[in-house]
Amino acid sequence: MMSHAAYVFASYAVAFAVVVGLVVWVVGDGRARQRELKALEAAGIRRRSAEATAGEAQ
Amino acid sequence: MSDNSLAIRKFSDLANPTRFLALADRVLPWFAALTVLTFAAGLWLSFTTEGDYQQGETVRIMYVHVPSAWLSMMCYTVMAISALGTLVWRHPLADVSAKAAAPIGACFTFLALVTGSLWGKPMWGTWWVWDARLTSVFVLFLMYLGLMALNRAMDDPARSARVSAVLVLVGFVNIPIIKFSVEWWNTLHQPASVMRLDGPTIDPEFLWPLIVMAAGFTLLFFTLHIAAMRNEIWRRRVTSLRRQAARNAGRESLAP
Repeated sequence: MMSHAAYVFASYAVAFAVVVGLVVWVVGDGRARQRELKALEAAGIRRRSAEATAGEAQ
Repeated sequence: MSDNSLAIRKFSDLANPTRFLALADRVLPWFAALTVLTFAAGLWLSFTTEGDYQQGETVRIMYVHVPSAWLSMMCYTVMAISALGTLVWRHPLADVSAKAAAPIGACFTFLALVTGSLWGKPMWGTWWVWDARLTSVFVLFLMYLGLMALNRAMDDPARSARVSAVLVLVGFVNIPIIKFSVEWWNTLHQPASVMRLDGPTIDPEFLWPLIVMAAGFTLLFFTLHIAAMRNEIWRRRVTSLRRQAARNAGRESLAP
């Protein structure tokens, strides 16, 4: 039988792990997508609206 | 497109994903900072206020359990409103919002189930009972997982958007069942003590840490939701750019 403090500690530990996991996943997903977008842009592939903007600027 | 055309003057202006991305970049640092500050205050209150005369220290589990449970229902409500946006107004960001919210909602529901179990063992003498409240929240957890699987099962976001929006709206019937399960049926789970028509029946010693933690969890949800929506917009842009690149490559190889 665990002490009451152990149940409280376990609850906060699970909450901390889940929240940190979520934040790491969301931030990591965002960075990976940005890397992909930059790689596509570097390969000369741009969105049509971005191309139009670049065309207007010229 | 000039900077002026990206200005957000009314809610419907957010329908433009580029405008949404600009807004997300501006508000996310503030939301994140506010979330950290609110959690710091909430955790300090959670561990400095008195224990309960009957529950002892385990009352502190409530400060993570109850906000997680509220968030699990609020997140599904956000998804249901988004589903209406997809089906009724065909709002371009509605499906992005519903899809981004599902994993966050699943995590909060999981947290509510686990912390509830960790409170139940010392207080009820059991980790789990199949009463109406616990079972309906478990069903909510399964629904989140089902929706996540459905969203990933179809390659075309436009097709999966309509199917999952219908499923989200059908599943919304579970939300009032969860809320009122403790009144409609004889459950081991206690009835509401904060969200009551006659006002909270909980002592202010426990109410304050609960309110501050609930505010922290709500801010965390919106921070993560906006960031996950931004990720989803980026993901769709990557997919459409890759298609565009494949079409261009096909045209070039066909050209004499």
